[in-house]
Amino acid sequence: MTRFLISRFLQGIVVILAVFVITFVLQKLSPTSPFNGERNVPEEVRKTLESYYGYDKPWLVQMWLHIKAFATFNPPDCVKSPGRGVGEVISQAFPVSVALAVPALLIALAIGIPLGAIAALRPNTFDDHWATATATLGICIPSFVLGPLIAMIFGLYLRWFNVAGWHDSADWVLPSLTLGLIYSGYVARLTRGGLRETLAQDFIRTARAKGASEPVVVIRHALKLACLPLLNFLGPTAAGLLTGSMVTETVFQIPGLGQHFISSAINRDDTLAVGITLLFAVLILVFNMLVDIIQAALNPRIGLKS
Amino acid sequence: MKWTTRLLVLAALAGGLVCFHIIRSNRPLRVNEATKEDTLLLGNATELSTLDIHVATGQPEHMVFAALFEGLVAPDVANPDKPAPGAAASWETADSINWTFHLRPDGKWSDGTPLTAHDFVWSYQRILTPALGAQYASMLFPIKNAEEFNKGTLKDFTQVGVKALDDHTLQLTLVGPMPYLLGMMKHYSWFPVPRHVIEKFGSPTDRASRWTKAGNLVGNGPFALKEWRFTHSLTVEKNPYYWDAGVVRIKKIVFVPIASDTTEERAFRDGQIHSTFTLPNPLVQEYAKNHKDVLTSEPILSVYFYRINTTREMLKDVRVRKALSLAIDRDGIINNILRAGQKPSQGLTPYPESLDYPQAPKVIRFDPAEAQRLMAEAGYPGGKGFPKFDILINTHEAHRVIAEAVQEMWRKNLGIHVGIFNQDWGVYLESQRQMNYSVCRAAWGGDYPDPLTFLSMWKTGDGNNETGWSNAQYDDLINQSNREADATKRLNLLGQAESILLDEMPIIPFYWYVHVYASRPELKGRVPSVLQHRAYKGWYLDHSVLNQPATVAPLPPDIA
Repeated sequence: MTRFLISRFLQGIVVILAVFVITFVLQKLSPTSPFNGERNVPEEVRKTLESYYGYDKPWLVQMWLHIKAFATFNPPDCVKSPGRGVGEVISQAFPVSVALAVPALLIALAIGIPLGAIAALRPNTFDDHWATATATLGICIPSFVLGPLIAMIFGLYLRWFNVAGWHDSADWVLPSLTLGLIYSGYVARLTRGGLRETLAQDFIRTARAKGASEPVVVIRHALKLACLPLLNFLGPTAAGLLTGSMVTETVFQIPGLGQHFISSAINRDDTLAVGITLLFAVLILVFNMLVDIIQAALNPRIGLKS
Repeated sequence: MKWTTRLLVLAALAGGLVCFHIIRSNRPLRVNEATKEDTLLLGNATELSTLDIHVATGQPEHMVFAALFEGLVAPDVANPDKPAPGAAASWETADSINWTFHLRPDGKWSDGTPLTAHDFVWSYQRILTPALGAQYASMLFPIKNAEEFNKGTLKDFTQVGVKALDDHTLQLTLVGPMPYLLGMMKHYSWFPVPRHVIEKFGSPTDRASRWTKAGNLVGNGPFALKEWRFTHSLTVEKNPYYWDAGVVRIKKIVFVPIASDTTEERAFRDGQIHSTFTLPNPLVQEYAKNHKDVLTSEPILSVYFYRINTTREMLKDVRVRKALSLAIDRDGIINNILRAGQKPSQGLTPYPESLDYPQAPKVIRFDPAEAQRLMAEAGYPGGKGFPKFDILINTHEAHRVIAEAVQEMWRKNLGIHVGIFNQDWGVYLESQRQMNYSVCRAAWGGDYPDPLTFLSMWKTGDGNNETGWSNAQYDDLINQSNREADATKRLNLLGQAESILLDEMPIIPFYWYVHVYASRPELKGRVPSVLQHRAYKGWYLDHSVLNQPATVAPLPPDIA
């Protein structure tokens, strides 16, 4: 276990460095400039800004300065929001995204797993068809359609929740529901696939032959193994949810991280874009590692090989 | 389970749902709660990039600065487009070149520190200091030697035409007569910044200085900064040290950055904000039909136009450029696509009557026959042999639809075939800057109430020209106007210049904007402004509206 963790940690450093270099190089290759505006920026002002933010230095020097800044947890200021640190933006927005992501994930699991199980236990029946159809619908409807629809129904018609903003303690409900519903489709399909495959295996037949009741067979024996493909999916999904969703945050006006993730790239807020990309990379690494550990615990045939 | 138990569980669930519905749906509206406390909730488009007035460039910033700071002159409460006394109680000028401003002796910063003429001198020095890289520094170039100081050719700021004669007298010496100076001074680049605070937080020319944080920032406007939660809200509250605090009726303003106009409209409908920043175009007609009482539409000094790259071979011919303009049916675009009451451009300067500029040429028209004649004269009868080019737009639905209409009009009326090329904002800006386009979409909003804000940019070599167009006579007229003290003669010169511009057509003006937004009836005292200037001290929330059930409820959600 310790060897596994150390090895993963070292791999992680290499991955993060690679992610950083790729992001940085892509930004430098972009035909745009962070210092353009709708109105022409005078050449001397452009030069002043470039030298202020260090854009006049050679690439390698800039890269090194950035690596040093992020590695010492002392990230630079946002290029497009003078006087605001990258760390400050992330530390304000990340908790909001977490507050949406956790319930969203729970909603996705609470809807997706039963839906998938129903479909898998009664294959090719009406139950299977409606459950699969619902799951497919969840996957197909884009969040920019589902979000406004949910806001319209539960916000404007029923007036149960605020349609936008982050003021009340219940403001997480609608955005989390939107995210949860969309992900529940994937969860249902993975559960159905995993469960059907597992139920066809020999050890299930053995369990049934030994006289185990159907619920025991499904829940104790089959579900554990059937969850493995779902777990693989949940790792990156959790990381994605935690870094926020641009569309959902825009639809519900949530001050989360997702909007910064996209807009910093579009607006060439280079330092912020790098900061959030690095956070995303770290989260992906951490969650993938957790998934590996859980998988090993669930299935003795999988070991923690470094 | 017995059927009785099942029934009981079902009944309990249904009862719970009904209770939940009753409790939740009867929550008080956020705007009503706010109105009771004289708190104004305003949609404010995108999040501000900074609160440093010398570093900022945007429109949402402007809306907040109008609350936090005040220049020597302020927007008049009755007509925000006109200058009224602000930090200066009075001023005088004999020749429109030498101006003397008399500051209020009781003027104070929001921390109680006295506001003096020296603060203004220091502020103007700061924005003009090259090391700050202030994009709006050019707004102060009318001041003598300001441009030289900003370009670094002059190092000694005492040579610049701004002096504090004593604590309460400020003298400005300009490069030439400027009868429109007061209108210009309402722009935030002319506002003062607090030296005593900025110096506490580091170098005055450090763009990233933390003096703009809530708790640090000190202003001199009717409101003071209370809280700034990034991408959540920015709250200001009444500034007790403001010289005219007695007339300020609103106690608190919350600026909510809602980037998406559809989200903002839903928030308005749900009673989350008193006023939106804008309205989605497709909803304007619905509001005009069903919710006229909350719909507001005001002309603003902004113009939508296409730039023409006059260095491209086929666009060098002025006849071709004129034909392109004559072939566009502006009324058609407004009535069928935009449908929000925009006005077809007659010239470049929008709504000249609002600027007392009757000399404005009104020459732009739709005349396909004349357009065809000009094309034939230029050697392209029926569009034959005209090289294909693209209209460059930034990726946006509205620009695409307009470009498609233009594409069709040019095909039908001129027989020429053009493509549409969209680029992301940043790339589009860079293409325009490098003049890497044939025809591209653009817009311009005026900074001050004078035609010059639309005309100076077409001078040879101006950074915002970006068309390659150059005309010595035009340059000369603009320069002459800068030396002319007589207001009417000056506008005559500008009118002549604009006529040359429209005769040469390096740009094709399309329409003049209107600012369309929704505002709840309890918000009163807000006066339309072509510059979108706001005199918050004249605004108030009418509590009596709270007793009228029609306005207490949120708007019905039935608009699709």
